[in-house]
Amino acid sequence: MNKIKLVLQREYLTRVRKKTFIVMTILGPLLFGAILIAPAWLAGLESTQTKNIAVIDSSHIFINKLPETETIQFTYLENKDVENMRKRFERTNYYGVLYITHLVANTKSSVVFYSDQQPSLSVKSHISSSIEKIIEQRKLRAAGIDENILQSVRTSINMRTIQWTEEGKEKESSTELAMIVGYIGGFLIYFFIFLFGAQVMRGVIEEKTNRIVEIIISSVKPFQLMMGKIIGIGLVGLTQFGLWVVLTLTIITGAQSMLAPELGTPSAQQVSPSSIMEKQGDTQNYAAPFQPPAPTQSEQDGDNLQVKHLFRALEDINFGVIIGTFIFFFLGGYLLYGSLFAAVGSAVDNETDTQQFMLPITIPLILAIIVLVSGISNPQGSIAFWFSIIPFTSPIVMMARLPFGVPEWQVLLSMALLILTFIGTTWLSGKIYRTGILMYGKKVNYRELWKWIRYRN
Amino acid sequence: MDFLTIKDINKSFVNHLALDRVSLRVPENSIYGLLGPNGAGKTTLIRIINRITAQDSGEVYLKGRKIRMKDVFSIGYLPEERGLYKKMKVGEQALYLAQLKGMDKKTAIEKLKYWFRRFEIQDWWDKKIEELSKGMQQKVQFITTVVHEPELLIFDEPFSGFDPINANMLKNEVLRLKEQGSTIIFSTHNMSSVEELCDHITLINKARNLLEGPIDEIRQRYKSNIYEIEYRGEVQKLEAVLNGNYQLLEHLTRNGNRAVRIRVLQQSSDNELLSLILPVVEVIAFREVIPSMNDIFIQAVHEFANDQTSPYNE
Repeated sequence: MNKIKLVLQREYLTRVRKKTFIVMTILGPLLFGAILIAPAWLAGLESTQTKNIAVIDSSHIFINKLPETETIQFTYLENKDVENMRKRFERTNYYGVLYITHLVANTKSSVVFYSDQQPSLSVKSHISSSIEKIIEQRKLRAAGIDENILQSVRTSINMRTIQWTEEGKEKESSTELAMIVGYIGGFLIYFFIFLFGAQVMRGVIEEKTNRIVEIIISSVKPFQLMMGKIIGIGLVGLTQFGLWVVLTLTIITGAQSMLAPELGTPSAQQVSPSSIMEKQGDTQNYAAPFQPPAPTQSEQDGDNLQVKHLFRALEDINFGVIIGTFIFFFLGGYLLYGSLFAAVGSAVDNETDTQQFMLPITIPLILAIIVLVSGISNPQGSIAFWFSIIPFTSPIVMMARLPFGVPEWQVLLSMALLILTFIGTTWLSGKIYRTGILMYGKKVNYRELWKWIRYRN
Repeated sequence: MDFLTIKDINKSFVNHLALDRVSLRVPENSIYGLLGPNGAGKTTLIRIINRITAQDSGEVYLKGRKIRMKDVFSIGYLPEERGLYKKMKVGEQALYLAQLKGMDKKTAIEKLKYWFRRFEIQDWWDKKIEELSKGMQQKVQFITTVVHEPELLIFDEPFSGFDPINANMLKNEVLRLKEQGSTIIFSTHNMSSVEELCDHITLINKARNLLEGPIDEIRQRYKSNIYEIEYRGEVQKLEAVLNGNYQLLEHLTRNGNRAVRIRVLQQSSDNELLSLILPVVEVIAFREVIPSMNDIFIQAVHEFANDQTSPYNE
């Protein structure tokens, strides 16, 4: 036991002190932060530039009627034709020319946008929806329907989903949130297994090519060396992961306070954990006195109501349990695959030879990711169920299912099987490992590995 | 007293017999040579002693009792395939290996400092292994093998990777360690390199040990009564005095002088030979030709092959 500790210490300290570890620890959160912040930042970037659009309206329906925004403005040109505009377009500073034919009310393709560049999506959707709305109103009025009636008819609902738990309580739930938590959990485990499993393998190959392994196993058992390495690298992973979480949160909170005003605009509509947090302030303002939803409630209010529900759901997800099980599957999955990676490393002389043995390790992991992506929409389906029980895929798939609520017995069964399989693969890998590390210059195939497993020692 | 006793060790890998009823006794405070060609089973035997591999049957006794896992602390092992972590610092690495051998940190540092001073490499403590030359690495390697003051030292092909200077240093250190009471096992396929160091040897070929015992005794056993005479004088006179009890094998030149090799047959002795030739030529040197370990080995392997056909030979 003392020797495992020594090996573990070495593995941990040499890795944590490496420059690459420090660089990765700093770069990781910056990368995560960038992924979360970039969309909002880009949206903000786009909105700073005002786009002036020339309108040539042959139908005369839209003159001075197209709604303008902070970034999109319209200039109505009369008695101009498109050909004329095209010739002098470069001399003007219009973003583009919107041409509306007189047939606009009856023909679909009677609106054309000319520009020297591809118009942005937001511009396109703003123009087409504005035109549609104006034509709709005209048609309704023509049919004798009053605008006020129309406003009161327009409805928008926000469906809340509430789960009845076994204890008979009601639990606010959010499918979107569960999906996000599931995705993050599943992908993190996948990522962790690959990244640090490969480190175990490389570590074993390093010891072999450096020819130090026989010196070490003359004082510790091969199994102790293997376990010390696997656990040591696992702790490196946990350390890095922990630092990432702390640093990412710091960066997000920092960036949030800087970018908050811009992020509050409706342009940031995607529901990501960051935008939830960013809207917290707004939500509280609306939540104070409960107002019955007025018929004229704007879209933004609806948005905030949704966020409020998300928050209630966020509170109702049992994060203690999720984080606890996450760490369990995180470690269980890593230990299971870590020993297999160690066995592969021991069987080869250099990293290029690992290909043929990597396949059976990679396939279940990739399968798990496919099931994670496809099965998350039906987390109680039989595919998701079986893959969350089978140990080789369970760490990833179970994490995806957990936020949706999984019966206790399934989680416990999955955990028990994972532990048993982990012991099994470690035992098997140990056998391959202790023979493999002393084998040099031999082309190893699966039949050879089977022989090693059968050796007495 | 025997320091290490190996009794009827068998070890087979799938489709391959590595050791076949090997027995040997290593006397305390001796230098013991484990000789044999590549693939004879030497390394397997050493790994069994080091508890790296387990034997199929047979026993290893250390100082009269069965060897245990804890005993690896009193063994220093320099394997044939040896190296160090390239990216680790010299001192840290040596300390790690010493601790793995059961030393506590404080004593380990103390002893390492002593050895580093002894080899005049104190400045290397904080250098990375990859910054050192091959010869420097060998010094570090040697230190890590002996730092925990093992009672039994095992060197597998020790001279193969060492340059002549370090090989010489290794030889001197080994002799010094023997004086201090260590028992040393050398394994090599290079017979001549160990001839001068070893007191005892065993010859291993094709998984079996063919010969075992004190090196002088074995040589005596294999000597074939051949004498070399360096002389001044006429060949014809010398040849004329040799009767049927002597067989002249060859003429050679030694140190610019003429020389002959003569086999003395059973009925006679070296003294008689000398008294025969003294009157006819001026004898400069007269010595018995002792077979080299190489010769003995080749002879032993032949005898063995003629004697029996191993049932395990495929």
